[in-house]
Amino acid sequence: MEWLNILIQGGLLGGIYALFAIGLSLSFGIMRLVNIAHGDLIVLSAYVALVVVENTGLDPISSLVIVVPMMFALGYALQRGLLNFTLSGGLLPPLLVTFGISVIIQNSLLQGFGAYTHRLQQGAIETASLPIPGGIAVGVYPLLVFAVAVLAIAGLQLFFYRTRLGRAFRAVSDDADTAELMGIDNRKLFALALGIAMIFTALAGVLFAIRTNFDPAAGPIRLILAFEAVIIGGLGSLWGTLLGGMVLGIAQAVGAALSPTWQILAGHLAFLIILIVRPSGLFPRTRD
Amino acid sequence: MAPVHVDRATRASRIFVFVAVPALAALIALPWWSGPGNMRLVAEMAYYLALAQLWNLLAGYAGLVSVGQQAFVGLGAYAFYYMTGALNVNIYLALILAGPFAGLMSIPVSFAVFRLRGAYFAVGTWVVSEVFALAASLIGVLGAGSGLSLTPAIVRQIAPDRAGRDTIVYLMSLGVSLLVFAIVYLLLRSRHGLALTAIRDSEPASASLGVNTFRTKLTIYIATAACTGLVGALIFLQKLRLSPEAGFSINDWTVVVIFMVVIGGIGTIEGPFIGMLVYIVLRELLADFGTSYLILMGAIAVAVMLKAPGGIWGWVVQRYGLQLFPVGRRLVVAPSDGPPVLESSRRPRQEGSDSSPA
Amino acid sequence: MSLLRTHGLSAFYGDFQALFGIDLSVEDGETVAIIGANGAGKTTFLRAIAGALETAPEMIEFDGRRVGHSTPHEMVRLGIAMVPEGRKLFPSLSVEENLLLGGHCGRAGPWSLQRVYKLFPMLDELRRLPAPALSGGQQQMAAIGRALMSNPRLLLCDELSLGLAPVVIRAIYDCLGAIVAEGTTVVIVEQDINRALDASAHFYCFQEGRLALSAPTKNFNRTAITAAYFGL
Repeated sequence: MEWLNILIQGGLLGGIYALFAIGLSLSFGIMRLVNIAHGDLIVLSAYVALVVVENTGLDPISSLVIVVPMMFALGYALQRGLLNFTLSGGLLPPLLVTFGISVIIQNSLLQGFGAYTHRLQQGAIETASLPIPGGIAVGVYPLLVFAVAVLAIAGLQLFFYRTRLGRAFRAVSDDADTAELMGIDNRKLFALALGIAMIFTALAGVLFAIRTNFDPAAGPIRLILAFEAVIIGGLGSLWGTLLGGMVLGIAQAVGAALSPTWQILAGHLAFLIILIVRPSGLFPRTRD
Repeated sequence: MAPVHVDRATRASRIFVFVAVPALAALIALPWWSGPGNMRLVAEMAYYLALAQLWNLLAGYAGLVSVGQQAFVGLGAYAFYYMTGALNVNIYLALILAGPFAGLMSIPVSFAVFRLRGAYFAVGTWVVSEVFALAASLIGVLGAGSGLSLTPAIVRQIAPDRAGRDTIVYLMSLGVSLLVFAIVYLLLRSRHGLALTAIRDSEPASASLGVNTFRTKLTIYIATAACTGLVGALIFLQKLRLSPEAGFSINDWTVVVIFMVVIGGIGTIEGPFIGMLVYIVLRELLADFGTSYLILMGAIAVAVMLKAPGGIWGWVVQRYGLQLFPVGRRLVVAPSDGPPVLESSRRPRQEGSDSSPA
Repeated sequence: MSLLRTHGLSAFYGDFQALFGIDLSVEDGETVAIIGANGAGKTTFLRAIAGALETAPEMIEFDGRRVGHSTPHEMVRLGIAMVPEGRKLFPSLSVEENLLLGGHCGRAGPWSLQRVYKLFPMLDELRRLPAPALSGGQQQMAAIGRALMSNPRLLLCDELSLGLAPVVIRAIYDCLGAIVAEGTTVVIVEQDINRALDASAHFYCFQEGRLALSAPTKNFNRTAITAAYFGL
């Protein structure tokens, strides 16, 4: 059943794409900041995990215990020390500063690790598969990643709607000026926001690096995939982003079925078509 | 009412002309007093300057921050290679047509990317560039992944000997760079330039005054794409080889260009010159350290954006009020009973001072 | 000693000067009105007090301390709360969440969620609704309640009557009376002159960013006020 296979494989890809997109979404939703360095931060997380794995003998997934807090701290410091100062100058400063950071990260990784590709080795789970009726084998690992994405989004929703801090985030996302007038320290909140975004970025970085080869230049395509998932899904909703990621994944799977080299291009084309035909995305929540 | 006239030049600009003209003459004569190495370097400076002027026009004046201009470099280059190769078009004709081809391709692109604003627009243009690069790598007649080469037969259309070719291509680079600069400069001095500056300063305000912001921006986008395509064709004429990776390289054609404009002074005409010089100097100085010059340029660009968003030239303007390429208009009133008096002056505003009452 | 005192308060939006050297004082427990035409600088003044505009430290004195350089959230911690012009409730939050947000900084004092619901019983019924579902008058009450949740010593009310029907305005100003009775100092900015003067003990009239008139409201000549209002 070719079509079912395409739907399942493509749909599961939505998991990793959603994980790529969470950090970008949070950053934009709360700070109105499109972080051009986002993809490079995903790749940076993979490299950090690589170093941790090589020096501690931990397996990649266990290394998350170290990688995630580190990247949280990096995100907090980056926002507090640098990005907070770009927010009041209009369109150019945040865009160009994050662009500069992207180039700095890429070339620093290149200088430090060389242009070689790496992959994190997790072991048997990478190739394990679950047979389901219809003669289709579903990869255990993609299923796991998808589950992580669902848990991540559910967890974030709980955080935003059931906690005091989450409520503050939602208020700032609505109206940062008024939130400050109500006593919220925006500078600290923004820094926390990027820190939290980096938690998911680190998660995405490690999980993707287990299945996919990465090198210092692997950042931009990750940013683009995250971006496409967000736009296809529509702004303002994390579940929408998951669905957007699934649509993207399925479009890619269709392309790959026609010819393996068509995979990424098919995704881009689907994105452009949706952008032209339905600019607000497939499942938007009204606000921008 | 006292007679009034509009003054276009500044004192500094008048002085500058005396410096620029001899320098230009020296550059034009370069093939006769220097060698191919320097010609290649100056040609490179020339086409980087052109790309920087164009990106500055798009981002600094029209407010369209594109991170995908490399798409048009590649499109112009591929059009040129395909025309001279498979279609056997004369090399000069192919060069002339490459630009308009890129300009034409920018129209469907605009349908997609103009749906997006701000940083989303930026990433959207990037996606479009990736699409073109991927498409080129999949199309057989374009050489697919390995690309195309310019055969000696094609290249000999310029001149039979190596030295002659080098000289002609060098002069063409200078010429194209001057042409692009002239187009950008005249555009900014014209009514369209005034419209652009108004849009940059405040889009809603200028729209309410009757400036057709969408059409102005679209025109600039198409014109910039065409010029970028021409430069792209010229660049790859000199390189003799074209691949999707090289033609659509964001690192080569966009990253460096953006850094140049930002460091030199975005939204000013003089800025790209300065930024280009900074880039060349840094690259030559740090040549032994791999891509570390990119790291340094990135760091400088970040620092500039945070501390001095107007770049080097913006700082000069603020400090000294200099303008070498005046685009403003100064109203000079000549009262009936005395010497002319300066009424008001317009200078290009720096990005970054976002001021509006709540 | 006055609770709030400004010394030569000037404020700018970029190159544009909105306030020119305002000298003003508000006594503890007093209700003060600021009136003036559109663009006179009334909202700018309130925002400056709330810390939203850049001002020199000595320009604003609160409870004897120079606070002119503070950020808005620091001012809330000090005890200044704002009911912004246009209400500005958070659309993604429910009524109750808006109120709780007001108490985010955790200042101690008489006001709590229960107390606010007692003052505005209607809000209790509407607590779970999203803020945009409320009528103008209800939103105004919610905005006031949200500000009260931070237990302010000074309450800044910007254009409470904007866009509301007279009967609603009257109800809101009645509640204001209850707030004042708690000892809260209140500054109201109003275009509705009569409403403002009825509610206050002292008033200031702004005109194009400058203080045009300052006087106790009792028995004050209304003609003089009109002249000052329009800069005649």
